[in-house]
Parts: sequence; structure tokens; C-alpha cells
Amino acid sequence: MLVYVLCLTMFFVGLYGLITKKNLLKIIISFIIMDNSLNLFFIVVGYRKDGIFPIFLKTHSTTQPMVDPVPQALVLTSIVIGLSVTILMVAIALRIYEKHKTFDITEIKNLKG
Amino acid sequence: MEGIITLLIFLMIIAAIISLEIKDLLSSVVSLGAVGLILTLLFLLLQAPDVAIVQFVVEILSLVILIRATVVRDETIYNKKSFFLRLPIIFFVFVFLTIVGFSFKDLPSFGKPKYKLAEYYVNNTIKDTGAVDVVSAIILNYRAYDTLGEVVVLFTAILGAVLILRKIGKSNEKE
Amino acid sequence: MKKNSKNNSGMSLIVKTVTRWTILLIILYGLYITFFGHLGPGGGFAGGVIVVLSFIHIILAYGKDFVVRRINEYLASILETTGGLMFLSIAILGFATGIFFKDFLGQGKIFSLFSGGIILPANVAIMLKVGFGMLSAFLCLILFSLHKGE
Repeated sequence: MLVYVLCLTMFFVGLYGLITKKNLLKIIISFIIMDNSLNLFFIVVGYRKDGIFPIFLKTHSTTQPMVDPVPQALVLTSIVIGLSVTILMVAIALRIYEKHKTFDITEIKNLKG
Repeated sequence: MEGIITLLIFLMIIAAIISLEIKDLLSSVVSLGAVGLILTLLFLLLQAPDVAIVQFVVEILSLVILIRATVVRDETIYNKKSFFLRLPIIFFVFVFLTIVGFSFKDLPSFGKPKYKLAEYYVNNTIKDTGAVDVVSAIILNYRAYDTLGEVVVLFTAILGAVLILRKIGKSNEKE
Repeated sequence: MKKNSKNNSGMSLIVKTVTRWTILLIILYGLYITFFGHLGPGGGFAGGVIVVLSFIHIILAYGKDFVVRRINEYLASILETTGGLMFLSIAILGFATGIFFKDFLGQGKIFSLFSGGIILPANVAIMLKVGFGMLSAFLCLILFSLHKGE
């Protein structure tokens, strides 16, 4: 139960950084922290006490149960999509730096290009 | 086992707070790398080796991209707000955390998951597919539609990133 | 004074020599994780990113001016689209013999390399797609600062 609350706390650390920080790179780092906390929460929900990893081996004993393999399949996809969204955000941040010469979001005021 | 997992998540939260509050950009990216590596160790302790390999390699690639593309243009920005003006935000976050925490009593307790869907997958993988790794059989045989959707999402995101960085911007062409 | 500007970019000589020896080992390891994805942990996603890390290793060690003629965008885009089309054609070939994504290769002997039906070609297709998509995005990030003249 404490483990779930700690995962949620990490999500809120990322959310707090997203709201209050002014540097654009710190906002990107907050997105990455939120992404990591949610992937951890999925795997923690699927953990079974005294379970073993979900791969059949030749020397496997059939009495020990396996952990839940469905959340692991979902998290595998989610990690790679998180990486590609990070690359997209870094590309947008580089364009903003080229145009306004700063990473500070309070200095970026003109809407028209 | 649960004590070690709790201690490692606590270390990860401390590393995340350090990564956000420190003023030097290179140090905050290094601290983000520490967050990712502790996460890999946690995935190994939670008996998920497939996910641990992918998380480790993706973490290294995202660190290389963050350092190579952005820290070269370093500048420090100071937050001018005092600490007491940020107290309402912390109060709001705390209230939200309490209200969401009330819904946690419906979750299964740590270590005893509801196993209905996984029962079928674990019992019938070798008979249906002949593969030995259950996670690979799930993402490429039982749920191959989701993998097709993920390939499309990845293609769209990379396409968007390449399109944004294609030419020199309009304001630079006039100079 | 003779100017050897071709060897001045990138990192020092020790890094360049070690890079020449280790990139083949990294590509071999990435192919091993991809091909044995149905017998142990790994699969297409991890193997693709590992194979592409060796290309990024060359770009970081030798400098972008020396490398950008050889590892250019055409190589990355051709290999990436090959991977995507291969994955889609596996799905449509399954459609031709029954339902969409049907397992038309059958199961071989368990615990051997050619077992598991459709999983082995799909892992190779995903390795090409994920890996070389990341390479093309990284190349665009590098070349963007090259145009700006930094």
C-alpha cells in the first residue's frame, strides 16, 4: 500500500515541476519523470509475491507461479513511445531557441510568427 | 523484498527532486540518468527482465539526445518568485494527493494481483504459439494489433520531429 | 604549416581506435537479442535501439563533418521504411490465408531457433523500424546545428 502512495508522490513531483518551472528544459525533464512513474506503477500492480519471471525454462519447476505478464507487455510499448515524444519535444524546443534566443517561457510573448 | 523496493523508490523520488531544483543544466540531466538507472534495478527486482532491458537502453539514448542537443546552449534562469508565493501550489497538490489516495482501497493489495486474464495466457502459450517467452508471444501473437498501432504512432512522431527540423526558419531567411 | 583539418574534428585518437573495434561487437549483440526474442528476454524494441547505438557511437567519436557523407538520411529512411513495409506485409499475408495477422508459419520444435511462427520475422521488422527511426531523428538533430553554423 505504501508502494502505491510513493509512486503517486513521484507523479506529483513531476506535475509540480511542470506547473512552476520557467526553463523549457526543466519542463521536458518533468514530462520524463511523470512517464517513468506511471510505467513503474503498472509493473508494481502486476507483481506477485514469490513469483518468478514469465519465461518457461527447461529446468523450470511447475509449482512456482509466475508474475502477471500482461502489464509488462503494455509497458514495453509505452517506454518506446515515451522516447519518441521526448525527441519531438526537444525538436520544438530547439526551434523556439533559434527564433527567440532564450529558453525562458516568460520572454516568449509574440504569438504571430 | 518489499522493504528494498520501498527504499529504492524513496531514493528515486529524492533524485527526481534534485534533478528539478538544481540550477546547473548538466547536473540535472545526470540526475535524470540516476532516476532511470534506479528504475532499471527496480524492474529487475520485480521480475520483469524484458522491460528492464528496454528501459536501460532507452534511458541511455534519451540522455545522449538531451546532452548533445541542448546543454551546448547553456544558460541559467533564476526563479524570481519567493517561496511563500508557491505555497498554494503545494497545498493544492497535497489536497489532490489525499483525495486520489482515498481511491487506493479498491486496488488489490501489493503482491496479490487479480489474475483472470493472465491465467489463460500463461497456461496456453506453448500450446498455441510454440514460443517460450510469454511477453513476446503476447505482443506479437495475441495482441499484434496493438503493436501495429504502436508502429504507426512511432512513425508519426519521428515524422513530426524530422519535419520541424527540416529547413532554416522564416525569420532567419530575411537576414 | 600543413593543415590536416580532416583529422581535427571529433575526439582523440584513443577513442577513435577503440570505436573501430567495438562497433561490430555492439551490432552482433543487438542482432542476438533480436533473433532470440522468443526464447529469452529482449525482442525487437531492445535489439533495434542497441543496433542503432553503434551508429551513434561512430557519429559521436568521429565528429559530424567527417561522417555526414557516409551515414546520411537516405540510408536511414530506406531501412526504416523497409522495416515498416515488412511488418505490414506479414499482416496482410496472414489476411490472405484466413484472418488478419494469422499465424501462417506454424510452430516448430520448441526451444529451437525457428519455432514460434510469426514472431521471428516480426521481431526483425520491428528492429529495423524502431532502430532506424531513432537514427534519422538523431541525424536531424545533429544537422540542425550544422546549418546554423555553430
